[in-house]
Amino acid sequence: MDEKIPAMAGNVVAGIDVGGTFTDLLLVDGADGGAIHIAKTPTTIENQAHGVIAALAETGFPIAGIDLIVHGTTTTTNAVLERRLAITGMITTRGFRDVIELGRRTRPQPYGMTGVFVPVIPRNLRLEVSERVEASGRVREALDEDGMRASVRELIDAGCEALVIHFLHSYANPTHERRAAEIARELWPNGHITTGHSLLSEAREFERGVTASVNAAVQPILERYIARLRQELATRGYARDFLIMNGNGGMISARFVTREAAKTVMSGPASGVIAAAYTGRRAGFENLVTYDMGGTSTDVALILNAEPAVSNEIEIEYAMPIHVPMVAVHTVGAGGGSIARVDASGLIQVGPDSAGANPGPICYGRGGSEPTITDANLVLGRLDPKKLLAVDNPVTVEAVRKIFENSIGKAIGLDGTAAAGAVLRLGNIRMAGAIRMVSVSRGHDPRDFTLFAFGGAGPLHASALARELGLPRVLVPARPGITNALGCVVADLRHDFVNTVNQPVAMLDEDRVRDVLARHRADGEALIAKEAIRPKSIRVSHSADMQFVGQTHIINVPLPSPEVDRATLQGLFEKAYFARFKVDLPEIRANLVNLNTSVTGVRPDIDLSRLIDPAGRAPTLAEALRQTRPVWFDGNWRDTPVYLRDKLPLNAEIEGPAILEQMDATAVLEPGDRAHSDRDGNIIVEVGGTG
Amino acid sequence: MSLDAITLSVIQAALQQTCDEMDLAFSRAAFSPVIAEANDRSDGIYSAIDGALIAQGSQGLPVFVGVMQHSTKTIIEMISDGRCLPPEEGDIYIVNDPYLGGTHLMDVRFAMPVWRKGKIFCWLSNTGHWPDIGGSVPGGFSASATAVEQEGLRLPPVKLFKKGVMDPEIYAIICSNIRVADQRIGDIRAQAAALHVGQDRLFQILDRYGDETVITAIAELRRRAAEQMRAHISALPDGTYQSKAFVDSDGVVDAPLTIALSIEKTGETLTFDFASSSKPCVGPMNSVLATTLSSVYLAMRHIFPDVPISAGAFEPLLIKRPEGTFLDAHYPRPVSGCAAEVSQRIAEAVFAAMVQAAPENVTAAPAGSSGNFALGGNDPSRGRDYVMYQISGGGYGGNAGHDGLSNGCSTIGISKSPPVEIMEQAYPVLYRQYALREGSGGAGRHRGGFGLAYEIELLRGEARASFVMDHGRFGPQGALGGKDGAVNVVTVFRDGQPHVPPHLSKEQDIPLKAGDRVLVGTPGGGGYGDALSREPELVLRDVALGYYTRAQAAEMFGVAVDDAGVDVEATARLRRDA
Repeated sequence: MDEKIPAMAGNVVAGIDVGGTFTDLLLVDGADGGAIHIAKTPTTIENQAHGVIAALAETGFPIAGIDLIVHGTTTTTNAVLERRLAITGMITTRGFRDVIELGRRTRPQPYGMTGVFVPVIPRNLRLEVSERVEASGRVREALDEDGMRASVRELIDAGCEALVIHFLHSYANPTHERRAAEIARELWPNGHITTGHSLLSEAREFERGVTASVNAAVQPILERYIARLRQELATRGYARDFLIMNGNGGMISARFVTREAAKTVMSGPASGVIAAAYTGRRAGFENLVTYDMGGTSTDVALILNAEPAVSNEIEIEYAMPIHVPMVAVHTVGAGGGSIARVDASGLIQVGPDSAGANPGPICYGRGGSEPTITDANLVLGRLDPKKLLAVDNPVTVEAVRKIFENSIGKAIGLDGTAAAGAVLRLGNIRMAGAIRMVSVSRGHDPRDFTLFAFGGAGPLHASALARELGLPRVLVPARPGITNALGCVVADLRHDFVNTVNQPVAMLDEDRVRDVLARHRADGEALIAKEAIRPKSIRVSHSADMQFVGQTHIINVPLPSPEVDRATLQGLFEKAYFARFKVDLPEIRANLVNLNTSVTGVRPDIDLSRLIDPAGRAPTLAEALRQTRPVWFDGNWRDTPVYLRDKLPLNAEIEGPAILEQMDATAVLEPGDRAHSDRDGNIIVEVGGTG
Repeated sequence: MSLDAITLSVIQAALQQTCDEMDLAFSRAAFSPVIAEANDRSDGIYSAIDGALIAQGSQGLPVFVGVMQHSTKTIIEMISDGRCLPPEEGDIYIVNDPYLGGTHLMDVRFAMPVWRKGKIFCWLSNTGHWPDIGGSVPGGFSASATAVEQEGLRLPPVKLFKKGVMDPEIYAIICSNIRVADQRIGDIRAQAAALHVGQDRLFQILDRYGDETVITAIAELRRRAAEQMRAHISALPDGTYQSKAFVDSDGVVDAPLTIALSIEKTGETLTFDFASSSKPCVGPMNSVLATTLSSVYLAMRHIFPDVPISAGAFEPLLIKRPEGTFLDAHYPRPVSGCAAEVSQRIAEAVFAAMVQAAPENVTAAPAGSSGNFALGGNDPSRGRDYVMYQISGGGYGGNAGHDGLSNGCSTIGISKSPPVEIMEQAYPVLYRQYALREGSGGAGRHRGGFGLAYEIELLRGEARASFVMDHGRFGPQGALGGKDGAVNVVTVFRDGQPHVPPHLSKEQDIPLKAGDRVLVGTPGGGGYGDALSREPELVLRDVALGYYTRAQAAEMFGVAVDDAGVDVEATARLRRDA
């Protein structure tokens, strides 16, 4: 059913991802048979554009010769998490200005009666006007237009740069919000006006209000950043439009991205998941658990049938929900910087405290003094101390080992090495547990999945984690350290639509269901037609969020076609429900909550086989051997071969234990593992001992 | 056999994980929003010998900390003396009797023995709050009940599942005695499925590490949890710490109930004595022993959240049985308020005593009420009856590091309140405001968080309003010189005339008609430390944000604020003369 549209003309594509520490670039030169250029430069926090330009310069490829730049950015994510936001005002229904500050009566953790919460918009910049719409959409009290004008002026005088208009029940009847926005536009000095219903047309005033507030508060920041980057690129000869990675895993033109700026808060994590799905599909593994381990946290996502799971309910931190469709990336609070200690009962605990990036692990030499997971990897020979990135003052392995001995080992009768081994094992178990909760414990059989390990530290732990999780296989992509940039290169254009139905299946108007799905499709195609680049085809997928009548949780049921009827819906749902919970409930009727559609403009395939330069590969495994060094596995030192990943022959068969090193990542094969390489240079590890 | 620290830590993590996955499975499959959304449920692993708690889910409702070890113990005893049928593989017992180690009737427990080589290895048990269990009012919170029979159906431990199959006769008896029975089958299946999820995970652990190793580890983990709690306790100064907390009334007799607590710290133990507390009460604000113990446990876990929940953690906490008080009620005293309100007052008493001993770890008193407002009526435009529940949060207490959080959930809960828009969709009501309650945070160096102010108008038909709240008489206590938070206020406007419940925070079946309104202000948190030592700049910020008026800044904090900011001289004067 794909509709053919002429493919885009240009084929030099650069993907650039700005992460917390590094800005990564991957440039694929289609004109030169898919030749690859890679760059890694320090992220420039104050103005990310400088790091982007530096990365482009580092490739040596002329910027003017690039046909398309796709960019993943953490500008908005950081702005929210650090509350470095534009001064933003809100005008809301009288009686409801505190909704975004009160939240839904929660605390950050089940135990401990403390917590701190700072709303996106401070209370003195949240004003109220008289107006009221009822739940049915009926207007109960007209909008006080004079009051609206006065409030707008007051917020302008207070120095606000962006404005949120958030009225109760605007999802049911948006006329007041629209009229209020018209009035505001007459006075507001710029275009940064967000109405609550425009991003999320669903009930729940707190979630909708926060989503709109975040959108408004990051809009000016994203716009300034885009403008700076556009100008930097233009002065270097790239005057075309560029694309930004959205949180839903699709790209959107930089010209349109600020309108729904909130959607970019998951830009970075989404691009990694997109790269995983693309890589996995080419490699023949369509069910993946993606695992990206960073310093303070680890991102995990589930990919089923090569489609990343999408969620409408992401919470980026405590009481900060952003309810727009985004790739469902779960952040687990454990990473390389997680601190290990022995608690008062003599048991080893890893995390939840983290040394973060500053001071970071001890081995970074920035003053860190508490042992972390990264330090354990160093002591155990898994990481080469000479190859650590981001080190200030080198600390010797012996010094780190001493710290493990003193702060962990002495309390439990272990020497420094064994203590580090224990910390690594516990760290892996904790992380595996957290990953289980957001992936395979939701009704999936782990044996159907492959662990896709990326980021600098992911491949270090992947094999051990796969054992804990019962996953039979690990896929380490050719360039684990630049996976997010790869995601930018391979991402499609994508638009997602949600409509709330909330009716028992038995009472559904089948024509209406089909109409909604058809309208989604038409709207998506129209949006894609506006973009500067032409996809090679359009792919449309539909799904339904369903539940049994009386339930509140929903499960997502893919729909094979938009031509659905009531019996099909009921049948698909019952099947999905049984698969998830092993429970049949023939007594109870099904309810259709939402209809979802994603419309994807599929980009031409990008060849990944040159991610590792074929010319650099050695003819035999022995020639790729860099050294043999002792590495600690299961309580013993074992002489372990260390291979240079870039030199591995394409047909290499490697048995664990072994270590594979490359510029920005280290992979560990545990004893019993067997690994081989595929045509794209992925390493596929058959995990030993999971039978 | 002795185990190394690594194996122990690994098994501890695996047992915890098992419970967390049971919690997740229960919530995700449940029908009742109380369980599915509000997570009013808990899952755990219990000893085959005496029901002692081995591990419990970290996302379980706090009030259930430790409760199921009492009910599991009772089941084991009743099996051994023949009052209960002996277990067979695949059996699941159901029980909700408050006096047999429970809370209130709505909290229904399932307990399943886990069999290993023909013997019971341990028990898995979970509790779910059912939306109705029969009785005189929908939902079970009757503020005027004087006997447990008025509160609903009481089940002793009986086998709901026999050899894996649900007993249709017991199921039929339950369904004939509760409201909205048609959806309970979904909750029952979810509650049983969660136990099976736990059993599968447990078998994996046993197969991997060996039964003997796990048994040894469980004993050792218990010993170490006790050690960990002892380590915390021994760091406190020896002495006796006293406190009081008050329940506004029992709902029937208009007089406050006193929780009088004396904690004696000697060496590595804390002894809790509630003996001077009020006598058992006529109305439903009695607590059963299991709930009283569990309230102390959950308060201690709020104070030392790093100690894993297990029977070992409770060992150094010696709680004298408060015989003859309303904290140890016997049949047939009504008990519906014990889990929602009395438990929170017990926790408040623990906080108020412990903050003297551990000022860095304990906060001033939080709002500590579930804030139940129920509205039952008939919606003429839809031609059907409804019961609406509005639960609400309040301010948390200031603490050593920060001001208190605003609109936090109850001390014993982790549930979210429903959105206004969803309530207006479902019920014939209009919210005229849903706002931060200005001025309600208790003054202190770190002030309390703010409560909630909401006003609801009935749009159509007639209805009856019922309130089960607390802290109407006395606000949440300040600590270390901090002031109390604002009291809970309820005002019902009938024909425009204000009516205040005689018991302030509790009343049942106030008749309303269209146009009548209910105005509720929930408590603010207690302040922490002397308000006169609060940074004047912070007071200025609070005034700018509209949290306090200038008059309140002067009166409560001794800070003079004018158009230019803090008036330093006037502030010095105010603070000197205070």
